[in-house]
Amino acid sequence: MCLAIPGKIESFVDAEERMAVADISGVKRQVSVDLLRREDETLKVGDWVLIHVGFAMSKISESQAKEQLEILTMLGEAQKAMEEIQDLEVC
Amino acid sequence: MKYVDEYRDPELIKATAREITALVEKSGRLFRIMEVCGGHTHSIYRFGLEQLLPPAIELIHGPGCPVCILPMERVDEGMAIAADKRVILTAYGDMMRVPGHQGSALQLKARGLDIRMVYSPLDALKLAQINPEREVVFFAIGFETTAPATALTVLKARELGLTNFTAFVNHVTVIPPMRAVLDDPKLQLDGFIGPGHVATVIGASSYEEIVRDYKKPVIVSGFEPLDIMQSILMLLRQLSAGEARLENQYSRVVPFAANPVASQVLAEVFELRDSFEWRGLGSIANSAVKLREAFSQYDAEVRFAHLLAAYHRQFELSSGPSTAAHEAPCGDVLKGLMKPKSCPFFGKECSPENPVGALMVSSEGACAAYYNYARDKQTVITNGN
Repeated sequence: MCLAIPGKIESFVDAEERMAVADISGVKRQVSVDLLRREDETLKVGDWVLIHVGFAMSKISESQAKEQLEILTMLGEAQKAMEEIQDLEVC
Repeated sequence: MKYVDEYRDPELIKATAREITALVEKSGRLFRIMEVCGGHTHSIYRFGLEQLLPPAIELIHGPGCPVCILPMERVDEGMAIAADKRVILTAYGDMMRVPGHQGSALQLKARGLDIRMVYSPLDALKLAQINPEREVVFFAIGFETTAPATALTVLKARELGLTNFTAFVNHVTVIPPMRAVLDDPKLQLDGFIGPGHVATVIGASSYEEIVRDYKKPVIVSGFEPLDIMQSILMLLRQLSAGEARLENQYSRVVPFAANPVASQVLAEVFELRDSFEWRGLGSIANSAVKLREAFSQYDAEVRFAHLLAAYHRQFELSSGPSTAAHEAPCGDVLKGLMKPKSCPFFGKECSPENPVGALMVSSEGACAAYYNYARDKQTVITNGN
């Protein structure tokens, strides 16, 4: 919950571009990009973001995304996070 | 990718450890450093970093794990709400095994309460949409990292005109507990390794008040082994030079300023509580938030006030059952006054499979991290290098 998981923006869901589909280690899920609606920073398809509980919190580089995914894997958190992400498909 | 591997390069980590040792030997004193964030605690144990540090450095594991600091009464209150047959209680996975007096959410779910794990508060909102005849309550926990998610979800509930969604808000803030541990005369700290990801919301600049008011250095740190070692080295350099500054070791992710959208949303939806009870630390003023009155129709504490009042009447009558959780010295561990292995319950009555205290529940809790990694000294960095 406290460690963010990286995802890549695949597409936007709504016209206002407040929800996006992110690829999180191969799993596609909708995330809110509301917090990245900033004048100095536009988010586009292909960008990497750090995601906390379904919300993109910050834009990061591809190498930062890889770094974060590796550390999550080493901490055993990546699998847990992926299970939680997948769980929601059932509810 | 070279960039990534550098942060786990055993040679670089060992070189940093040598620099740290040299500085410590030169100063000839003890250093007590608190890593506030449970993610850092997890990383320190996972990579066996304590074993690379000289004994004169003591790492104190701080109160930065939201499930660990949640008092049992709040868990009980959530379960009292879930006992209403109309309610679907939703919670993050980490919350599910935190013990309350009547058991954990997982145990109560097994006894028939409708409690569901969600990854995001947006999933709870979706449940409310597809179950209009039910009351969906989201058990919101976390520091400023997850609070904007709850705030935005409440705003979305209002936008959608949902009347069957409420949040049971237990969001806490990171600066007040840092002040609380510094105000505790029993705990003499030299400096902090500051939480990283929470600072993507509040900005590294938020820690400036700690430096200003307490003259203690704060290093905002990443989670890689080398990040943490570098942060310790940066702290020691400052302390050796008699300095107390804020430094951002994790500037590749953490900006200096707060996220403006998150700050605005938090201010719109939440207001500070006068005080909030922290497990182990007691009551801390202005350390948590609640929904503003304008959002009271989304506030589970308002909608289910009758259930909470009934729980408290019962709780006071029985003055609470005496359980192992009451006797366990989790608070001393949380404050760094006791090491996990010194607790009489550690590894006996209390284990990650059967947690007595919350520090054993989350992988970010000091006891679970210690139990999983430090007992048998399984580490990546030190093995075979």
